[in-house]
Amino acid sequence: MNLNRRTLLLAGGGLSAAAVLAACGNNNPLSSESPTGTAPSGSPSGSAPASDVTLTQWYHEYGEAGVKEAVERYAAEYTGAKVEVKWTPGEYAKILAAQLLTDDVPDVFEVEQGGSLDMIRSGQLEPLNDIIDPVKDQFNPAVIKRFTFEDKIYGVPQTIDMQLLYYRPSLLEAKNIAVPTTFEELVAAANAVKTSDIGGFFAGNDGGVGVLGTILLWASGHEQLNEERTEAAFLTDDFYNALVAYRDFSKSGGVLQAASAEWYDPGAFVNGEAAFQWGGLWSLPAIKEAHGDDVGVIAFPAIGAKGRPVVPFGAFGACVAAKGKNVQAAKDFVKWLWIDQEDKQVDFSNAYGTHVPAKVALVPKADKLADGAGADAAKYVAENGFTNDIMWSGALGDAFNAAVSNVIKNDADPEAEFAGFAEKAKTELAKLKG
Amino acid sequence: MLKRLRGRQGRNLWFLAFVAPFFLGLAAFVYVPIAWSAYLSFFDARNTVTPTKFVGLGNYAYLLQDKLFLNSLLVFAIFAIFIVPLTYVCSLGLALLLNNLKYGQAFFRSVFFIPTAVSYVIAAIIWRFVFFNGARFGMINSFIRSAGGDPVNWLGGGNNLYWVALVSVRLWLQVGFYMILFIAGLNQIPRETYEAAALDGASGWRLLRWITLPQLRAASVAVLMLLFINAFQAFDEFFNMLSSIGQYPPYGRPPLVHLYLIAFGGGQQDLGVGGAGTIILTAIIVVFGLGQNWVLGRNERRGAR
Repeated sequence: MNLNRRTLLLAGGGLSAAAVLAACGNNNPLSSESPTGTAPSGSPSGSAPASDVTLTQWYHEYGEAGVKEAVERYAAEYTGAKVEVKWTPGEYAKILAAQLLTDDVPDVFEVEQGGSLDMIRSGQLEPLNDIIDPVKDQFNPAVIKRFTFEDKIYGVPQTIDMQLLYYRPSLLEAKNIAVPTTFEELVAAANAVKTSDIGGFFAGNDGGVGVLGTILLWASGHEQLNEERTEAAFLTDDFYNALVAYRDFSKSGGVLQAASAEWYDPGAFVNGEAAFQWGGLWSLPAIKEAHGDDVGVIAFPAIGAKGRPVVPFGAFGACVAAKGKNVQAAKDFVKWLWIDQEDKQVDFSNAYGTHVPAKVALVPKADKLADGAGADAAKYVAENGFTNDIMWSGALGDAFNAAVSNVIKNDADPEAEFAGFAEKAKTELAKLKG
Repeated sequence: MLKRLRGRQGRNLWFLAFVAPFFLGLAAFVYVPIAWSAYLSFFDARNTVTPTKFVGLGNYAYLLQDKLFLNSLLVFAIFAIFIVPLTYVCSLGLALLLNNLKYGQAFFRSVFFIPTAVSYVIAAIIWRFVFFNGARFGMINSFIRSAGGDPVNWLGGGNNLYWVALVSVRLWLQVGFYMILFIAGLNQIPRETYEAAALDGASGWRLLRWITLPQLRAASVAVLMLLFINAFQAFDEFFNMLSSIGQYPPYGRPPLVHLYLIAFGGGQQDLGVGGAGTIILTAIIVVFGLGQNWVLGRNERRGAR
């Protein structure tokens, strides 16, 4: 499974696996064939004169055409140092994790959600508060909240991706149904519009269990962990009722259990296999191409009395290696590209697929978000954005997903199924706190 | 002394010259990592291969109390119960059929062997999206619908039908390889043995029961051992057939998949728990291997008497 923008949006227990081996330095076969850079002019406040400083910057392989050329162009325009861009196809997270364990670390690199707990704990990431604190109010607050750990920020958000619920307005209009604003309305709408040829609601070939687990948690009005991150904060009747509500929805026939593609692929919605499909903002161009203006997006609707609408988001952050040879020069470059160069930030988010700029003020400048579904998506991520807590570990996500699956798929009693979770969470969180 | 060490005509030196590079490679890429995994398993080794926080058997206790890990061992047992005898019988059956063919033996041998060259990942993807696609237009579902039935959600859980896909893809991928092993074994059986048995009036099933199968004992032992170990190491087809991006369901989860998720899930690198899991699984394979050797050795000794 390649790491790409989509993998930022895992609904619990994601896979950003470690690697054992990775190619190193300039011999890395995965690196860009043509290192970019210009003769520096002007001296940054780095640890060496600018003319002597060469920075290595790593990106994962973006799926959209033109991104590689764009980031190389950005690097070439920087005059404070020579920046060599390494484009990394394949398992970026594994390759990066392995490389960070060596002495030959990249100076600047992108990491999901601005850095993992393991990276922070082991001192691999340089805190960037000195460059981001003065401007952090300009960024999407939900993203900044996620990027902040123990008052430190280790990555500057580059762009935001998100999941959301696509629907076909014409199908609702044909049945005289309003756009759903609550989960009950979604259930009613999906069941009303489904036919023998078109399913009601689709969220993956597992019936939506995998991707919707934590979304149901948030939509029921709760958080994964308490403020102190010492225990689970969602083990309530609201959440249990949300699981049962989705199970009932699934059994009602309103949920399409299988389609030609997965939820993260626009294929099923493009083929007209479902009236509603849970998907990613990355699919919007393909969906618009297929259905034109007959496309609407909403957040996952609120469930229950305490519920609220939800869109999960993800953002890669530009990070600096703490043990890099030119830490200050690397920070200067990150500040220049991801804080100062707003035209490049808009270009990065808007010119190669559809993404939301990380700075709130730049959203109106992204023409793909100017109106229609794109504008709605940008609004939702600002108002209803959620993402996994930094301490929601693989083990917690795994246990959570297993319990959710057993409730929805095997009719298990939710309270009984989650009976051991509170203790497991306490133990795991204590272990993570060290 | 030096002469003795070098051996006659420097044979020992030649032996070292040829063996040393392979041994060094084996040490660097197999033995050192195994030893390092064992070392890491006693530490809290998150995102580091040089940990400092000793936790003793904590990682082992953590895994052995993990319901999902224990369940993964059960999944392996179910998989092995299906795949080991099924592959054994099918590959032996094909070998016997081909061995008796007068014409076209090489052609059919190639036909059955070709799937062995197919990547497990590619095969799993074909099985997932073509044959066992749960949509109404999936290949098998199309047949079911044309016969008047409802489409089946093969891989989505809530039933145990995912086993059909998992077992059939593994069977298709490996049956040709084991068939070749059995054909090699069959070719080792002297023709005279069959002729002698035929003179005594034996034929058909009795020949198979009293001549062929006993003569294939060594091949059978090797095949069963390989089948068991391969089943234990199942990962590719499970992962590529059942996982979604960042998600893997709680069912159909063999040990290696679970370890992968536990050690590397959620953007973490828990190498201590991963190492402990590796040692536990290695221990199980070693115990099984020794046990099988002991049982088969005992049978051999009885036969000798």
